Amino acid sequence: MKRRFGRLAGTASSLLITLFGLVLVTFLIGRVMPIDPVIAIVGDHAPEDVIARVRVELGLDKPLVIQFGIYVWQLLHGDLGHSVMTSNTVVQDIQRYFPATIELATYAIIIATLIGVPLGVLAAVRAGSKTDIGIRILCLAGHSIPIFLLALMSLLVFYAKLGWAPGTGRADVGFEGMDPVVTGFLTIDTALAQDWDAFHDALAHLAQPAGVLAYFSMAYIARMTRAFMLDALAGEYVITARAKGLSSLRVIWRHAFGNIAVRLITVLALTYAGLLEGAVVTETVFSWPGLGQYLTVSLLNADMNAVLGATLVVGLIYMALNLLADALYKLLDPRVS
Amino acid sequence: MLTRRTLMAATAAAPLVATEAATEAHAATPKNVVVMAKQIDDVISFDPAEAYEFTNNEVNGNVYRRLVAPDPANTSRVIGDLAQSWTISKDGLTFTFKLKTNAKFPSGKTLTAEDVQFSLSRVVKLNKAPAFIITQFGFTKDNVDTLIVAKDPTTLVMTLPDSAAPSFVLFCLSAAVGSVVEKATVMAHDVGGDLGNAWLKNHSAGAGAYQLTDWVASDHITIDANPHSGIPTGVKRIAIRHVADPSAQLLLLQKGDADIARDLTPDLLTKIKAEKAFAVTASGQGASMYIAMNQAMPELQKVQVHQAIKWAIDYEAIAKNITPNQWVVAQGFLPPGLPGAMTAKPFHKDVAKAKALLAEAGYPNGFSVTMDFISVAPYGDIAQAIQADLAAVGIKVSLLPGEQKQVITKTRARTHQLAILVWGTDYFDPNSNAQAWCENPDDSDNSKLKILAWRSHYVDKELNDMAVAASKELDGAKRIKMYEDMQVKFTQRAPFAMVLQKISSAALGKGVSGFVIGPLPDFTKFSNIKKA
Repeated sequence: MKRRFGRLAGTASSLLITLFGLVLVTFLIGRVMPIDPVIAIVGDHAPEDVIARVRVELGLDKPLVIQFGIYVWQLLHGDLGHSVMTSNTVVQDIQRYFPATIELATYAIIIATLIGVPLGVLAAVRAGSKTDIGIRILCLAGHSIPIFLLALMSLLVFYAKLGWAPGTGRADVGFEGMDPVVTGFLTIDTALAQDWDAFHDALAHLAQPAGVLAYFSMAYIARMTRAFMLDALAGEYVITARAKGLSSLRVIWRHAFGNIAVRLITVLALTYAGLLEGAVVTETVFSWPGLGQYLTVSLLNADMNAVLGATLVVGLIYMALNLLADALYKLLDPRVS
Repeated sequence: MLTRRTLMAATAAAPLVATEAATEAHAATPKNVVVMAKQIDDVISFDPAEAYEFTNNEVNGNVYRRLVAPDPANTSRVIGDLAQSWTISKDGLTFTFKLKTNAKFPSGKTLTAEDVQFSLSRVVKLNKAPAFIITQFGFTKDNVDTLIVAKDPTTLVMTLPDSAAPSFVLFCLSAAVGSVVEKATVMAHDVGGDLGNAWLKNHSAGAGAYQLTDWVASDHITIDANPHSGIPTGVKRIAIRHVADPSAQLLLLQKGDADIARDLTPDLLTKIKAEKAFAVTASGQGASMYIAMNQAMPELQKVQVHQAIKWAIDYEAIAKNITPNQWVVAQGFLPPGLPGAMTAKPFHKDVAKAKALLAEAGYPNGFSVTMDFISVAPYGDIAQAIQADLAAVGIKVSLLPGEQKQVITKTRARTHQLAILVWGTDYFDPNSNAQAWCENPDDSDNSKLKILAWRSHYVDKELNDMAVAASKELDGAKRIKMYEDMQVKFTQRAPFAMVLQKISSAALGKGVSGFVIGPLPDFTKFSNIKKA
């Protein structure tokens, strides 16, 4: 009991130190950027008295240490400040924009996992065959083609040429704001409202960006799965299992795949985290109002409260997913204490 | 109960469902709605006392009305918008406006002089970024309520503390910051004496053709027709959707999911112009691209060097090859379309002349210099073209790309050498640009006027005094002549090479007509947009 408490305390303190470091580094980067945040807010033409007043209102006239202290104090009280770009509190903005990103990333990771893992296993099992080469080429393309190109090609083919998918955005104009926001996930909210036309519209709008992100992630997941499986299939326990006369499926999925599951979880967790914070380009091309786009616009406008808040959320997600991966290790591998 | 069989069936059906939904989803936009694809991530606030960016000013131009507006037929004079008529005292200090009685807010209430008084007073008291357009006449939070007075529901009297040219005053009242808000609605949302500022950031209370219905930053803006405005509108709703990527805007337009695309690049505009089903509308803007030469650098101080740089640039080649449909050559500080504009183009590429001028200045072999520029299209290509042009006369330019606000921050700190910059006029009066480029009464770091001339250490007493005198000239025609004369002197000796004027273009979808782009964002009108 005492040992468990000690471990928990260690994990908690490690998380706190990481978070503090994240806040400090992001804060300092924001302050040393060669952009005057006041100009970003009031514009290039504002008179000097307005610029001076806004500088005081933002607390930018105070020493850096005091500014950081005030920010941390507000943070400890759950106050991330106001975004100058949207006029909302940063918490409100995150509540508005983050569900769009989670929805997109979740659909993408599900599709990527459901396709990428079996493809990786198949490629490993048939290593050196035409199937393996085909899968490797598919993955190489997915991993090496810039995602903005994939996104634009997808729009061109599936939207412009074939007409299979709708255009950009989360919903068509006719469906915008029609159903109450409950979770912020459009597919869930429209389903809860039993507005099936809006649900289909939301699903259709998700298909392209989620598909592009899924292809990009699938390529990485399949490559990693293949590499892990090749390693596992060469293991003596696999030869022993085959010698015992176990079926091929059982050897592959139970013995070999079972042993790579722990490593694969790390890959999936980090890929998911990457999608949550790194879908900026896809969000831009598909005009998807998510956290990535929010973070980018805020950064370009030196909206530092928004940048700090969004960065903090991304950092927390990374930590949460790492913790989740740790917990799953223990569940899947009894050797991990 | 979810069984494996139902799960498999659902999974197999999902793509079909999505495809069917998609096919339904991208039908043409609703007849009463115009969908506009535009980059809208510049919006900070819709409060007219605070709005100072392109998109929010454009929307506010359709949501609010002002006392006066530039005459579309002759932009060098103003006509009444809310004002039925006005008189100006002989000394030019007292303006008396008689208001029309048919302007109504979405609440159904008639707009009165009290609303106008409140709106102008509110601008002065809040003192946000665009407030200087009103406060430059001497209004302060202490005197504004005694100097701007509603005599009765249809009479507003405004007394200036200091004399100013009447046309200057009227043009400033026609700016977005002169928009009239409904006092009762705004004050019902006053929080802690903010005069409704927090509420008006994402709501509206104007008597224009439209009212703001919804805004989600970097996503969409929805405006609906104001049923009481009395201004006929072609469509009931304008849905402006944030589409940052120009190629995506074009695709949406071609597929009928957008009716108007606002940010197409020159190549995409050329492409869409070739398609018969679409139309392109364009208008010159009050925005100029120029090269600033910082006078803190000794090599850039001589007039011959200023002229050499101006004679070295191939303006037409830049406009034709890099910015077709987007920027055109304009060499005055008042680009065509603005009152007092200079249409003459005194400079063109003349390498021999530029070299001779450099030699006369004492730099026969040229010199080295850095040039800051904004690292997005088309500035990068323009910077390279200018670098090549200047290299041809012996000036070796090192290019320093930077994010827009980074470049602005640097020039405000006066640490640049050469810089390619863009300046948009603040209000539709020549003083806006004349003051920016010519006035620098105090070049010290403590100056109260830190605009373009100050930022490049440009001190020219004659031009400074001419700009001040023109801003006070009571005779309108004489005043315009003063700006024309100023520009002749300015182009010959100022350390600013005026290069291009911005052209704003919009591609209109099948059956869409009536969209008029104004020379300033707040003069762009949506009410005449129609869908066949």
